[in-house]
Amino acid sequence: MNELSFFTTIVTAFSVLAMGLGVLGPAIAMGMAVAKALEALARQPEAEKSIMRWLLIGLAMIESLAIYVLVVVLIVLFRSPMLDYLLHK
Amino acid sequence: MSASGLLAQPILRIGSFAVSESAATATGLTIALAGAAAWARSRLRLRDPAGWQVVLELAVQSIDSTVRDSIPKAPERVLPLVGTLWIYILFANLVGLIPGLHSPTGDLSVTGALAAIVFFAVPYYGVRAEGWVAYLREYFTPMFWMFPFHVMSELTRTLTLAVRLFGNMTGMEVAIGILLLLAGFLVPVAFLFLHLIEALLQAYIFGMLALVYIAGGMQALADREQQTGGTRR
Repeated sequence: MNELSFFTTIVTAFSVLAMGLGVLGPAIAMGMAVAKALEALARQPEAEKSIMRWLLIGLAMIESLAIYVLVVVLIVLFRSPMLDYLLHK
Repeated sequence: MSASGLLAQPILRIGSFAVSESAATATGLTIALAGAAAWARSRLRLRDPAGWQVVLELAVQSIDSTVRDSIPKAPERVLPLVGTLWIYILFANLVGLIPGLHSPTGDLSVTGALAAIVFFAVPYYGVRAEGWVAYLREYFTPMFWMFPFHVMSELTRTLTLAVRLFGNMTGMEVAIGILLLLAGFLVPVAFLFLHLIEALLQAYIFGMLALVYIAGGMQALADREQQTGGTRR
């Protein structure tokens, strides 16, 4: 196996792995946030508006962690400096 | 599929000045939105309003009430900026649904520019609301050595703002592109609906976070004065 195909295989495998592992944490966090928000909603239905607003903001914050993983994976897959080096060697 | 275009590719060159696709789309969108606004402005009627006027009034009213909820002090100053962010990002996200066009928000340069506007808007509104001294003092509370952490949090949240919008839009576009390769017939339609929801949600979140940051810069001091005043009395 030459250097380039070895590199591509490794990158693909680890990108998939990184996405899967990177999404684990935000998934747990989002589940906890939604559970707490529903608890609060059941206790005080009249506060729905502000609960929903802060829930969405919090979810966006948590989601950005998963988005970081996505962006890093996209960079590694499509814009890897290492790949450029191997191609133009 | 624009996955290979993580960095903007120029589509037009005027001398040494390169115009990327997202810049062209964004400029076109700005002109279209401004034109639509000017057109609607000249046709507003106080009596017997048309259907579109009712819809516009509903949108403006809901934006207005949301801004008013977050910023009790002088909300009309912040309203134009946040309202523009909401409307512009919503339409910029939706442009990606038109065949042949890509969302300008799928380009990191565009979202970076939008986040930079928010970054500079926070001190602008903060200083206008509280004055230089009170605003700068915020950075040294509760302890003076908290200053680097405040600065770092401002920088990272600007970066997050840009990367979140960019990542969501690019991710959605890549997902639809890959799905088109796998099953081209009718299957991507479900994902296009998801794209619609995502566009709405991301525009809402971007504007909402900008609003929260600006409100934090404007009224953090006022809140604390209220609290200490309350305990003294």
